[in-house]
Amino acid sequence: MKQTALYQKHIDLGAKMVDFAGWEMPISYTSITEEHGYVREKCGLFDVSHMGEICVRGKEALHLVDYIFTNDVAAMDDHQVLYGMMCYPDGGVVDDLLVYRFAEDHFLLVVNASNVDKDYAWVLEQNHFDCRVTNESDNFSEVALQGPLAQHVLQKLTQYDLNQITFFTSQMIPIDGMTFLVSRTGYTGEDGFEIYGAHQDIELIWEQLLVTGGNQIAPIGLGARDTLRFEVALPLYGNELSPTITPLEAGLSFAVKLDRQDFIGRDALVQQQEQGTLRRLCGLTMMDKGILRHGYEVYHEDTVVGVVTTGYKSPSTNETVALALIDRPYDKRGTKLTVDIRGKRKSVVVRTKKFYNKNYKK
Amino acid sequence: MSKIVKGLYYTNTHEWVKVEDGFAYIGITDYAQESLGEIVFVELPEEETTIEAGEEFSAIESVKAASDVISPLTGTIVVVNDDLEDSPELINEDPYENWIVKLDFEDETELNDLLSAEEYEDICE
Repeated sequence: MKQTALYQKHIDLGAKMVDFAGWEMPISYTSITEEHGYVREKCGLFDVSHMGEICVRGKEALHLVDYIFTNDVAAMDDHQVLYGMMCYPDGGVVDDLLVYRFAEDHFLLVVNASNVDKDYAWVLEQNHFDCRVTNESDNFSEVALQGPLAQHVLQKLTQYDLNQITFFTSQMIPIDGMTFLVSRTGYTGEDGFEIYGAHQDIELIWEQLLVTGGNQIAPIGLGARDTLRFEVALPLYGNELSPTITPLEAGLSFAVKLDRQDFIGRDALVQQQEQGTLRRLCGLTMMDKGILRHGYEVYHEDTVVGVVTTGYKSPSTNETVALALIDRPYDKRGTKLTVDIRGKRKSVVVRTKKFYNKNYKK
Repeated sequence: MSKIVKGLYYTNTHEWVKVEDGFAYIGITDYAQESLGEIVFVELPEEETTIEAGEEFSAIESVKAASDVISPLTGTIVVVNDDLEDSPELINEDPYENWIVKLDFEDETELNDLLSAEEYEDICE
């Protein structure tokens, strides 16, 4: 199994380690619920070095990224970051990712750990443009600092005014003789930063953030990362997105700009939008006791009308809720359905996906 | 190091059995609750249900995942620990005090198939 540059630090902190997409990663240090609360109230530090980084450079870099990405890359300014998907021609999703624009001829794609090889091969295959694609995943480590106190804690380490980094933009920031790529992004629904750097530099900043932040910061495992993103309905590849789930079905039309020229998957998605999707990602609230889990079937009477994509007892609200792909017309709020949990039917009600409100600084 | 109580019977799927007054109390071990993490729900069986050794009779849900509880013995469930319905975290707090079911078990020889505390300790290492 692969280890990140921070592996030994996790062990020293007593983390419970698990296999995550071939990486030995911390699932929690204390408990998922406690860490979840820490991020909502103060701030948390995540090792996300397993994420992949694919660099696109050259005269036609913009054209390649524009061609493979669902969101409007041509409208990006330098230093801007954009969320979107790479799709197959049939509208299914190769991966969801962040695109960083540094210049018209220089982009960075930050992709899911489980998809790095697939994504890299995909981007190479689509590269009929005058630009060079390289997989830089082994050269970067990455941490995410998330929570209402994230700026306060990071600001202690740098002279650079972090107010300059607005929502979904990035800057190269000098800290203590080192240089980091810092963006105001994250995947928890809280204000925060994602910080990329050389392995050794990330080890140092991890240490410095924990020491400087004192009782305002805690290391957070991937367990809480999942409950945090789930509560604010941010999709997870393999759950809410996959080759057989389109971004429109997942409710991500904000990141799919169909009114621009050709990109891979556009025709299929335009057609889907015109005809209407047959199913839609919804929220469910459990009315009986029990927990809803990924893969459980959702029923209307005796007919399967959907599937749970992610379910948890929400650590912030204590409600038992889930995200689920539900066939129309059973996707209307208030619709009463059942879910099969180990052979027993339990009652659920369709609701909004907003289990918890996002707290971004915009 | 997980706590292992002497004098109980254990399974390699991390359940424990305490025999008292001819009944068997069944719960999950400290090792099991530690591995699961915070328990948020325990699916309890109905009283008067008959279960067989090796059969799943309960499920424990932690924040991340669901895990089946397998009966070490054959018999009839006479009491279910209802406290776990509203306070599933009791298992995290004391997994040996907070049993899941009390079983009127049929066949004492089945106890011979279970592990001693010492044998179970080897498994947990």
